[in-house]
Amino acid sequence: MIRSEILKSIVPVITDRLVICNIGLPSQELFQLDDRPSNFYMLGTMGLCSSIGLGLALAQPGKVVAIEGDGSVLTNLATLATIANNASDNFVLLIIDNGSYGSTGDQPTYAGMRTSLAKVATACGCEHVIECEAEETAGTLQDALDANRMTIIIAKCQSGNIDVPVIEMNPVLIRERFMAEVASRNSGGT
Amino acid sequence: MSSDLSGRIVGDLVNNDIDFVTTVPCKQLAGVIEAIENHDAILHIPSNKEDEGMGLCAGAYMGGKRPCIVMQNTAIGVTVNTLVTLIQFYQIPLPMLISYRGEVGEKVACQVEMALHTKALLDQLSIPTFHFHHRDDVEELDGILKHTWMCRKPTAILTDAGFWRAA
Repeated sequence: MIRSEILKSIVPVITDRLVICNIGLPSQELFQLDDRPSNFYMLGTMGLCSSIGLGLALAQPGKVVAIEGDGSVLTNLATLATIANNASDNFVLLIIDNGSYGSTGDQPTYAGMRTSLAKVATACGCEHVIECEAEETAGTLQDALDANRMTIIIAKCQSGNIDVPVIEMNPVLIRERFMAEVASRNSGGT
Repeated sequence: MSSDLSGRIVGDLVNNDIDFVTTVPCKQLAGVIEAIENHDAILHIPSNKEDEGMGLCAGAYMGGKRPCIVMQNTAIGVTVNTLVTLIQFYQIPLPMLISYRGEVGEKVACQVEMALHTKALLDQLSIPTFHFHHRDDVEELDGILKHTWMCRKPTAILTDAGFWRAA
């Protein structure tokens, strides 16, 4: 499986969750698969998906899934220490690890070589770290959300991309639509 | 006493409903960071690096909190991309309480190097910038925080050695 196939497989699991989606192809693919107000698409700023997700999870009670990549986490590796030391049980960090910088031409990352993000996360103090195969991602993610405890999932998959257009939605509209959805849920709305 | 000044600053933050603060330490900001940590109305999440901190603030803002980041002016060099592509692009209000190192009174020569570029970078980024040099400049803080929320921009509050020494 490649990343877009993992995303397709987890749509039923994340469709009603607050989702922070990583810059580049992951956001473009999710936008094509299942655009919803509960999705926040990063249009720039490599590396901060997990930080935005943690901030959102700490700020309100709704369950948050941050969809990261291995290359992006390597850009902001210290995020795993911040996440570990400020555990928020409504937060699941899903790192789709294809061992490459997919959005820039599939250059290899160190996560595809000697570096284990699962071991880094564990060493940073994250208590629930699960490395799974691509095909197991949806089930693992569902279990993590059902368990009501902060979980870091590293889903190993193959490198490769599909052809998807860029997101042309205005960034302020993305944010305001997302914030309205968060506020609605937390006020007991639909 | 600088603790009085720190208490005044944190009081202004809380009075403006700021309830989520991330910090990256600076010696000059030690008192204000301690006051933030000890205030019950503020969730304090220390960051390892300032761009990470801005990510936390963006997420907290979208979750309904009012964020603030406390950092050193060296961070302006670290966060240019994040300020432009996240905070400004998505129009997220973010007051930045900044220790302005490298001004008169500085003991570390290297700090002067970044001080030389601080205001030029902020100007290039079109970030509203306020320089606190005298003790009484703290009177501006309440208005600056309200201004930040009104215009939904990052704002820079540069606090130099003179400001802290006068306290």
